[in-house]
Amino acid sequence: MTAVKEIKDVVTILFAGDSGDGIQLTGGQFTDTAALLGNDISTFPNFPAEIRAPIGTVAGVSGFQLNFGSIEIFTPGDQCDVLVVMNAAALKVNLKNLKKGGVIIANSTGFDKRNLRLAKMDEEYTLQNDTRLEGYKVHEVDVTKLTRETLENSGLGTKAVDRSKNMFVLGFLYWMYDRPLDITIKFIEGKFKGKQDLIDTNIMVLKAGFHYGETCEAFPTQIVVKAADIEKGVYRNVIGNEAAALALISAARKANLQLFYGTYPITPASDILHTLSRHKNYGVKTYQAEDEIAAICSAMGASYGGALGVTASSGPGIALKGEAIGLAVSLELPLVIVNVQRGGPSTGLPTKTEQSDLLQAMYGRNGEAPVPIIAAQSPTDCFDAAYEACRIAVEHVTPVFFLSDGYIANGSEPWKVLKGEDLPKITAKFAAPRKEEDEAFMPFSRDEKLSRPWAIPGTKGLAHRIGGIEKENLTGNISYDPDNHELMTKLRQAKVDKIADYIPEQKLDNGKEGDKVLVLSWGSTYGVVKTAVKELREEGQSIAHAHVRYMNPLPKNLGALLSKFDKVLMPEMNNGQFVRIIRDKFLIPAIPYNKVQGLPFFTQELKEKMTEVLNAK
Amino acid sequence: MAEETIIKNSGVKLAAKDYATDQDVRWCPGCGDYSILKQVQSVFAELQLDRDETVFISGIGCSSRFPYYMNTYGMHSIHGRAPAFASGLRSINPDLNVWVITGDGDSLSIGGNHFIHMLRRNFNLNVLLFNNQIYGLTKGQYSPTSEKGKITKSTPIGSLDHPFNPLALSLGADATFIARSMDRDPKHMRAILLRAEQHKGTSLVEIYQNCNIFNDGAFFTFTEKETKGDTVLFVEQGKPLIFGANSDKGIKLDGFKPVIVDLKDTSANDLWIHDENDRVKASILTRFFDDPSKDGALPRPFGIFYVEKRDNYEDALIAQLNKSIEVKGTGDLDALLRGSNTWEIK
Ligand SMILES: Cc1ncc(C[n+]2csc(CCOP(=O)(O)OP(=O)(O)O)c2C)c(N)n1
Ligand code: SF4
Ligand SMILES: [Mg+2]
Repeated sequence: MTAVKEIKDVVTILFAGDSGDGIQLTGGQFTDTAALLGNDISTFPNFPAEIRAPIGTVAGVSGFQLNFGSIEIFTPGDQCDVLVVMNAAALKVNLKNLKKGGVIIANSTGFDKRNLRLAKMDEEYTLQNDTRLEGYKVHEVDVTKLTRETLENSGLGTKAVDRSKNMFVLGFLYWMYDRPLDITIKFIEGKFKGKQDLIDTNIMVLKAGFHYGETCEAFPTQIVVKAADIEKGVYRNVIGNEAAALALISAARKANLQLFYGTYPITPASDILHTLSRHKNYGVKTYQAEDEIAAICSAMGASYGGALGVTASSGPGIALKGEAIGLAVSLELPLVIVNVQRGGPSTGLPTKTEQSDLLQAMYGRNGEAPVPIIAAQSPTDCFDAAYEACRIAVEHVTPVFFLSDGYIANGSEPWKVLKGEDLPKITAKFAAPRKEEDEAFMPFSRDEKLSRPWAIPGTKGLAHRIGGIEKENLTGNISYDPDNHELMTKLRQAKVDKIADYIPEQKLDNGKEGDKVLVLSWGSTYGVVKTAVKELREEGQSIAHAHVRYMNPLPKNLGALLSKFDKVLMPEMNNGQFVRIIRDKFLIPAIPYNKVQGLPFFTQELKEKMTEVLNAK
Repeated sequence: MAEETIIKNSGVKLAAKDYATDQDVRWCPGCGDYSILKQVQSVFAELQLDRDETVFISGIGCSSRFPYYMNTYGMHSIHGRAPAFASGLRSINPDLNVWVITGDGDSLSIGGNHFIHMLRRNFNLNVLLFNNQIYGLTKGQYSPTSEKGKITKSTPIGSLDHPFNPLALSLGADATFIARSMDRDPKHMRAILLRAEQHKGTSLVEIYQNCNIFNDGAFFTFTEKETKGDTVLFVEQGKPLIFGANSDKGIKLDGFKPVIVDLKDTSANDLWIHDENDRVKASILTRFFDDPSKDGALPRPFGIFYVEKRDNYEDALIAQLNKSIEVKGTGDLDALLRGSNTWEIK
């Protein structure tokens, strides 16, 4: 039977099931295949906080959302077109994420009495009798049974057989979306290298899923999503944390410095450590310290010695690092502090995303302790933003915050492969050795950037002492002099402000000066704000978009740019943080729009808010 | 050796005073810290250590002002964290001679965590723990080494906590060099510092230091002529454990139990012979921690308790790095950026 083919621009699929169902792997494989077929894509994995939450329960549901299309894609999509659920709990949690009239593909075995009980649902429940599902296209597929039948004679135990049922689902979806199997077959061969029986059985199940689609009458149409019109070139896929790790290695290389990464494991930052520790042959020194305080202090010890010191954590760990960051401000040493933000306060929502540590980065220290801040806007931008954070840290001899968050840290995007030679150069300047007869060394003298010399131990003639007690201007000797303290406070601030001369001016991402409303965003909301503004402009609305990457200091022209708009709307995944800074700096009545659910914005809700602001007097 | 180090120091032989800075030393007159500073400077002169290759890193406390007075590189960091700064520095430059200066509060209270992890990792560092059994800088609160019942500003009717025994703690954290000395015995301190500097690994030297303002005389039973004979036991490698004002007492092991014996009745051959490589004996020795005013108290040992050869963290770190370069080749930036899975849009 040859199915009818229907062409679509964009499709959103949400895979949901137990963490143990291989949801992330299934989603990842579909993503790789979509990427290789030239679709534009964006993904959003959504994990439960517990590693092995009880099987079948609502708490254990893991999700992977994938948005792919023949058009440009900036978000993983709001609600999905297709919801794949491996069990009852997955449906219970995710039905609200499915578009009205969307497709549900449900694994029947996942709705047996046991699974219904685990999901705390009525044991008499059936998909057919669920009135809430009216209007949806529900397809029950007995994945477990079909997988077992496929592998009847394989000699594998039931456990091993059941573990490959995600391949059946994947094969079936490959048929539905008219995709080839070869990319996943290659993956299976690599993953199970040396275990021929597992290679054979997984491929068998994958193909069985595909053939099931072909022969099953229930699905008369296949959906075709053509390649997107993407800039020519070689691409790879990358998640934000990996991109950040690559940026750190690259920046150290370009600056000709050792990379020292001192950290303590924490979700969602740990993957940076995992990535870096696999690249020791790039001269990367990773150090898993005894706690976050030791992590940052070790990184500062490394910076003091002439390496690029980097430390990373998430909110709770950044809180612990606070005192040491103050010392970094006082010592004026290069240091990159990575915060992959998650829901807070306290432990908060460890596996969920939030942008609520901006004010912590900005103000979370004792004393006057300004730190430059750079925020990434997408998984691939984690590379550019982290690289830029390193550049500023090294060239301006200062600690710098790099802010990412759980959403872009775990999300992935296609990334046009860069070459080392394409990367901006980073110049690390060490103070030169001094001879006995030369002038006295002034560790707190300043250059045109207002940064002090990076004088590393081992340099002849530069022996000097630094510390957290206030330093006398120029000599760096201890000083309790009132005027000197005020001078040093102002100098440290001026040095950070001066960075504004070395960063690009703020540009509009969309729209033009004089539009009625400017949407001002920062960090990981970029894609969804861009999409919402683009759609509204296509509908003829007078709305513009600017996205800020340099959070401190702000681009020099930002105030002037904001003054060109009647209204400034500021969506943030927090309770209103950047909006406070903007109001404070520019005395404008910027309008906050906040979501604090541990989840990114949906395009639709943003459009509604934007429309409301556009229509208000 | 001397020849070579003189050349390192631009051909000029340095005196102890050349290791001092031009900054006024701001400890209280009579503070035990002066004596420690003096001995360190003198050891530096004796070994002609290179000022530009040396780094002193301290935490916070009176003792932690030390780096300001040494004409080397120095960092006065934050309370309790000096070991962490030192770890990072050693990791990226193992050629530097790094010293950690810390107080009893700095190392054993706020910095307790870093202290034990530094010891188990065995970075090549010299750590001088200035133990005055008090918080000096904050003007006299009790510390984790203060004896139970200590009357201080924060404990007007006596402290409740059982004190730390720093050397037992260090041995428990698998330190590879532990020693004890005192501010009032410069010769002894010098000898210990020389050995500490030679040890490759974390050399922990606990120094009993008198805070004459807030805890004056805390160690006088061990440091003053009138009493020290009977309360102090100087241990030396290969020598029997003998003490007493007239060197008339010794320590014998009865199984694992140390007992004090009179040398009139026992021959020196039957005494405990000090072996700094014996971990079991060292652990018993660290437990010589009796209140000296009690009858039959064991004397307090001074000297080098334990020395062990073990890999340094930083050497292992560098070896692992070199090994992965050997196996995988020096990382190529373009290959890194490209990754293992690419596709082409034509
Ligand atoms: C984070 C922090 N907490 C508290 C203090 C206050 N403080 C400074 S030194 C000190 C105790 C010092 O005692 P110790 O380490 O024994 O040094 P000493 O002054 O006795 O040499 C304290 C509590 C501080 N500087 N920083
Ligand atoms: S307070 Fe005590 S420890 Fe501090 S300098 Fe004075 S005497 Fe020394
Ligand atoms: Mg003290």
